[in-house]
This record gives sequence, structure tokens and C-alpha cells, in this order.
Amino acid sequence: MPPGRLLLGLVAGLVFAFLMLPLLVVFPISVSSASYLQFPPPGFSWQWYERYLSDPVWMAATWRSVKVAALATLMAVLMGVPLAFALARTRLRALRLLDRFVAAPVILPTIVLSIAIYGLFARLQLIGEWYGIAIAHAVLALPFVVILVGAALRDFDPAQEQAAMGLGATWWQAAWRVTLPQLRPSLVAASFLAFVSSFDELVVAMFLSGAAMTLPKKMFDNIMLEIDPTIAAVSVLQILLVGVCLGLVSVFGRGALTRSLGGK
Amino acid sequence: MEKRFGTVRALAGVDLDVAEGELLTILGPSGSGKTTLLKVVAGFEVPDEGTVRLGATDVTVAPPRARDVGMVFQNYALFPHLTVARNIAFPLEMRRVPRDEIARRVREVLELVELPHHAERLPRQLSGGQQQRVALARAIVFNPRLLLLDEPFGALDRKLREQMQLEVRRLQRRLKLTTLFITHDQEEALILSDRIAVMEAGRIAQLGTPDELYARPATRFVADFLGESNLIEGAWQGGAAVVPGFGPVPLPAPGTDGAPALLLLRPEALRIGAEAQSLPLRAEGRVVESVFLGVSEKFRVALDGGPELLARLPLRPSQPSPAREGDRVALGFAPEDLHVVRG
Repeated sequence: MPPGRLLLGLVAGLVFAFLMLPLLVVFPISVSSASYLQFPPPGFSWQWYERYLSDPVWMAATWRSVKVAALATLMAVLMGVPLAFALARTRLRALRLLDRFVAAPVILPTIVLSIAIYGLFARLQLIGEWYGIAIAHAVLALPFVVILVGAALRDFDPAQEQAAMGLGATWWQAAWRVTLPQLRPSLVAASFLAFVSSFDELVVAMFLSGAAMTLPKKMFDNIMLEIDPTIAAVSVLQILLVGVCLGLVSVFGRGALTRSLGGK
Repeated sequence: MEKRFGTVRALAGVDLDVAEGELLTILGPSGSGKTTLLKVVAGFEVPDEGTVRLGATDVTVAPPRARDVGMVFQNYALFPHLTVARNIAFPLEMRRVPRDEIARRVREVLELVELPHHAERLPRQLSGGQQQRVALARAIVFNPRLLLLDEPFGALDRKLREQMQLEVRRLQRRLKLTTLFITHDQEEALILSDRIAVMEAGRIAQLGTPDELYARPATRFVADFLGESNLIEGAWQGGAAVVPGFGPVPLPAPGTDGAPALLLLRPEALRIGAEAQSLPLRAEGRVVESVFLGVSEKFRVALDGGPELLARLPLRPSQPSPAREGDRVALGFAPEDLHVVRG
């Protein structure tokens, strides 16, 4: 093996280890028999999983997070896809400029955004409502959708849409039956990113959730107040969930995620 | 018709009539406005002035879907996520044709383009020629008033292209499809067309049948663009066109004495060597270059004190080449083969 490849393999291995080592700690702790965070665990037990699954507060937080993430994803897709179309197809200079600002929610410090949204939602009495958090998360997730779908649209041959219209379709029919089906990989990947970004989001949720906690907020409180291995069990389950989602994306998204994250 | 993009006049007064069942070719180099013309006819652009009529219907501002025009795109624009059958069914589905009739018509048109067993394939599983047949099937399945072909053979290799050209022509004649064919390839235009409109800088330089255009081009541009040509700057004198190197050629409709004349001699009008001796118009020269082409041989001959001319001679297997590079030869032509482009 040439030394260049060897070095590359070494670096890749190191990075992989760096990313994976925390899991090697989290997994054992989640099945620990001790009642506090201790590594290595003194014995084996499922008790923390049982505690999580039987605790109505944890369950309510989890269910709320799933709802929030699902609604946020739906809204981000419904707003993001038309926006991506407009940005990719427009001849207007003003809309082109808007293209540069699409990533703003990601660039802006989350804390600043949270305070701003808090001020607005307090007046609208949306604090403590799960869909209020979903709306805020939709804003955060919007760039993923616009950037991923936009990139795919720019690669898409507009002659296809012209052909469809020439064959008798309206623009809407052409977009719905010809363009969107071919954007599916990007849509799947964008939805996944939107979902995960919401499901995992803490800062906005801290400001907006009030008594109605999301899962990350509950995890945060758990660390602040009681520190027991339940948090490890929850983390493991969360990792598994994301893993399953990623698997689904690679089946239905056909590489769009790795393509767009890898630049090309 | 007129169409401007900013200060560029893409169409500068085009007037064209495609007859029922006719294949009319728009031939021109890139930038001549042929693509704009196509877009105006298909409905992707609206002309600044003028009208587009299909039969008696004015469709100048109608959207593409309301035009009843079938189009084959340059790279076919087949929908990659749909099967061949679904691709072809698309225009019928858009027209809300009943399901069983769609199935029947898709089957029929697949027979027509000789792809009856490929209905369930995806476009990427087909060869270039097969993709083109599917694109053609999709464009004609809904019996459009007009078929538009936009450089449809560009992506095929030479042999397949010739085969597809003949196939398209047979199909077009058989079904009497009124067709507008856009191309920059003059050879293709000659093979396929009932009539050709040669476009230059947003205008139609000449409109006519292939043989008319080839034998009697109206401008230098048309003469140059269609086939190979010897364009000779001559002059009128005493009712005859003086061809440099050959002398005066009496012609039926001469210009005024002393006026310049632009004359066309197709390479195949010229004869070399012994064959030239029997012709009334002769000159001597030296072969500068000869190119063997199989069915014929091409010579570049520098006339003594005259221009360089291109001659093309048919070859027979049993006969040796009449001249080689460096040889001195006689060159001749018959007066009726001389065409006055302008003068």
C-alpha cells in the first residue's frame, strides 16, 4: 500500500475512533447496575431503560419531541421546497440575493434567535405549546431543505419540465409528476436532517417549552438535578433512532445526503 | 415574426408556412435564430411581433400544453423515473384519455417504432437509438397537429444516425405528419426534407426544395452552407459571364457589362483529364491536393492564373485515379452546370 493511502487510512481511523469513543462509554453506562454515572460499570442491569420507559415524564417529553420534530419537518418541507424552486428558477435579481440569506437561521447564534422568538411568541401566547416549538424549529430546519433541494434542482435538466409542458402538462403537473419524483433523494435527506435537527434541539426548546418539556430539555434537567444513568439509556435509544433513520435515508435517499454533505 | 432579446434580434422578420403533411427543415448555424423560432412555435417564447397559427387557430400566446404540438428534444428529455410505457402515456394522461385506450395506443405506437417488447424498461436501460424512438413515440402518440424535431440525431453515432434519419422519414411520410425539423446539419436536411428554409441572422435566406437549394442557391451564404462549393468572383462582358481561367460563358439572363458576378460551380460539375477534353469550357492547372473518399476522390486544383477549385470525381473500382498530387491536369465543365448566385 502506498504511504499516502496508509496515512489517509490512519487519519480516517483516528477520526472514527474520536467520534465513536464516547459511545463506548455511553453504552456500558446505560446498562450499569450502579445508581450514579460510574465507568466502568460495576454490573449489568436494564433498570435505566425500564426507568425511562415507565416514567410518564420521560415518555411525555419523548412523545412531545417526536410530534415537534414531525411538525417542524413537515413545515420546513412545505415552505422550503417552493422556496427552493423559486430561488433556482427565478430570473429576478432580488430573489437571487435572497439565496444568500437562506442559511441565516443556521449562521445566527441560536441564543439570539431564541430570545427573539421568545419575545414574539410570548406576545402570541405560544410559550409552552408544543406547536410553538415546532414553528421555531421549522425556521431552523428550513435551510437544510432549501439548500439540499435547491442543489438538486440546479442539477436538474429544465428540458424535462419543458418536455412535460409541451406534452400537455401545466407547470404544476410538470413539477409534481416529473420534477419532484426525481428530487426524492434530496427530499428524503432534507427531511431527515430537519427531523434530527429538531429532535436534538435544546436552546430554543429551553426558552419556549415552559412546563411542556421536550426530550433534550428533560435530559438537560436530568443532568442538572439528579444525574443518574437514565440519561445514558436515553442517549443510546436516541442514537439507535437516528441510526435507523439514517438507514432508511440511505435506502430511499440513494446517496443524496452523502453527496450534498460531501459537497458533490 | 420578430423576437428580440435585449438588443439582439433573434428573429428579424420570419414568415413561414408549413404545409399539411410536409416535412419542413429549418437549417442554420448556431445563432441563426432557429432555436428561437422553435421555442416560439412550441410556446416557450412569445414573439414580439407576428402570429403563430396552427391551422386556423391563433396560438401566438397560448401555453405549450394548449398547442397540440409534439416535440422531440435534442437529448430526448425522457423522464428517467418512468418506464417507456409511462413516458409514452404521459401526454395521453394529461389529456385525460381513458385508461384502456391509453394502454391500446401506447401498444400501437410502440409497434410503430418497432419497440413492442420494451414497454416496461426504464429509459436508461435503452440504447441511444431506442431512446430516440421512445421520444418520437411520445411525441406522436397523441396525434399532434405538428411535430417538432429539435436536432434529434445529434447524440447518435454516424451509422445509427443515418438509419434513424431514414426511419423517421419513412414514418413521417407514412403517417403524413406535418413536421418542423430544426438542424444545423445540411446533409441531414437534404436527406429528410420536403422543403428547407435556410436561416441566417434571424432571417430566412432561402426557402425551397433540397435540390433547388443545392443547385440554385440564392445567396453566397446558402451556397456555402449547403454542400461543398466553388464560389468564383467573375464579371459580365458582352452577355456572358467571364469565369477566370475558363473564359466567357454565354448565359440566358446576363447582367450589365462590367458588373461583378458571383458564380457557383459544384465540385461534381468539374471534370478532370481526358473527360475534360470533350467539354466546351476548359482550363489547365496543377493538382495541389487529392483526397481519396472511397466512392469518390476530391481534388484541389490551382488553375494557371486563376483561382483554386475543388473537383469531386466518382470512382469506379476498375479505374485508376485520373490524377495525383503535383500532376498538371485539364479541368472542364458544361455551361449548364454554372449557376449565377448573384450578378
